Amino acid sequence: MIINGVSIDDTFAEAFGMRGIRLIITAYNETWALNSANAMTGFATSVIACGAEAGIERLLSPAETPDGRPGVSVLLFAVSSKELIKQIERRVGQCVLTSPTSAIFAGLEEGDPVPLGKTLRFFGDGFQTSKQIAGKRYWRVPVMDGEFLVQDTARMVKSVGGGNFLVLADTQVQALEACEAAIREMRKLTDVVMPFPGGVVRSGSKVGSKYKALSASTNDAFCPTLRGATKSELDERIGAVLEIVIDGLTDASVKKAMEVGMREVCKIGAAGGIRRLSAGNYGGKLGQFQYHLREILK
Amino acid sequence: MSALVLALRNAPAQRVDVGSLNPTALAGLSLADIAALTLSVGKRTVRVDDLFELSGDDSSDVVFRGDCSKLERIGAGMKSGRVTIEGDAGAYVGQGLLGGDIVVKGSAGAFCGTGMKRGRIEVTGDVADFAGAAIPGEMKGMAGGLLLVGGNAGERLGDRMRRGQILVSGNAGDYCGARMIAGTIAVAGKVGAYPGYLMKRGTLILNALPAQMLPGIVDCGSHRLGFLSLLYASWKGLPGPFGALDASACTVRRYMGDMGVTGRGELLVRGG
Repeated sequence: MIINGVSIDDTFAEAFGMRGIRLIITAYNETWALNSANAMTGFATSVIACGAEAGIERLLSPAETPDGRPGVSVLLFAVSSKELIKQIERRVGQCVLTSPTSAIFAGLEEGDPVPLGKTLRFFGDGFQTSKQIAGKRYWRVPVMDGEFLVQDTARMVKSVGGGNFLVLADTQVQALEACEAAIREMRKLTDVVMPFPGGVVRSGSKVGSKYKALSASTNDAFCPTLRGATKSELDERIGAVLEIVIDGLTDASVKKAMEVGMREVCKIGAAGGIRRLSAGNYGGKLGQFQYHLREILK
Repeated sequence: MSALVLALRNAPAQRVDVGSLNPTALAGLSLADIAALTLSVGKRTVRVDDLFELSGDDSSDVVFRGDCSKLERIGAGMKSGRVTIEGDAGAYVGQGLLGGDIVVKGSAGAFCGTGMKRGRIEVTGDVADFAGAAIPGEMKGMAGGLLLVGGNAGERLGDRMRRGQILVSGNAGDYCGARMIAGTIAVAGKVGAYPGYLMKRGTLILNALPAQMLPGIVDCGSHRLGFLSLLYASWKGLPGPFGALDASACTVRRYMGDMGVTGRGELLVRGG
């Protein structure tokens, strides 16, 4: 399959079942909501070492938030319910509770319960109070700038982590600019985040390593500087490969994000130095979800 | 189907417990079955149709008509449906309510909404003393749901209230929120002496404090409290002044108390 001169590999992205959650952070203004959200979703690129994968889903207008202030919706994903609960407690406790004027609310109505204020309330040292409003419980925790308002319980759902595609281009700059264009469009979608810095990752990995201590190592088959020295997947024209990884609340949202991103890259086409689109997988043996590039783009 | 109307033939001279005439208890009964039910009037037992003229067939929508000021426990313990009282109601309206709506198109007697857990009671007129309060022998009063009062409330509003919300469009009497355990009471008019007497937790939202205040209610200053925007938004559209509150006007003067007990209750004076 070739679209606008870009060859679409007959392969698939392999993704995993994860536990995901949406949280809504509000603050006095957008700047402070973003400060809090950026901290909370920081160092959350890969579950390999961060415990969670997270990102900002979108900005929310005051009319869209529970307390009528500017807000940010964030998505967090982890490999298990237990890990997600732990990550939320730490990240909300250290990055939202601490952030001036912030408040945090559940962003999903359905799903399994996750303690939010239920555990953080103890910071109030007995001065915390709860309020039930419209069937939901909230905690008011006294802090030095007033009160930290936090919903008692949020909801998590079964979701998908690790949807991806690889952009193979003539040069590093061409690959990067194509990914930037893709990310711009993908960020218009809901239910997905691209957890790596700027949404793009350069250090695609393979399973295993020559070093026993490492479970993953550089994907040498896609490293252009090793083209002649390893069993390379790259021909002589490819100068750089970049990857976009997608985590989503649903299978359909990941698929849609991949389609939107890949079509944007294809718009640039061979004229812009884009040669191929490929994807990362483990032979289909590890992940529950497979996203075949040619099916998505047909 | 039309609402089941229970029209009093004559105003009873004695108090009558009509708690059993609610949509939950009447579900599945025919008009004849309902007519044959018995009620206690003093030491006499009377049939429902001795006391009321019955019409209609929808027992999920019960209407009491006539001078109902001697009818007690109207809608008690019902789980769903609707009860309307076209006029004044007696004591214990909606006692132990578990769901559904009760509308009193007049005033209600003492202990309105006592022990209610869910549902909504709307009284367009006044409520007498101890609305939402615990009856003697009970540890707690109202434990959930919404009690809307269009007129004034008597003394000891929400005494030992555990959860839920009471909104009073008019004034409230002395000892508003006395011994309150939790929940929210809002009064748009004036409140009588000593609000928050021995309150442990819970919130009183007022427009002004009375001259007679307890020494155990302490001033904590003027603050913007974010939860109020959620609370006000949840009241949007309700009849009376609370349905039209500006959800962004969250600045209040906060008093805590009663320091004579745990002191975690609060009186919030709007406008700060």
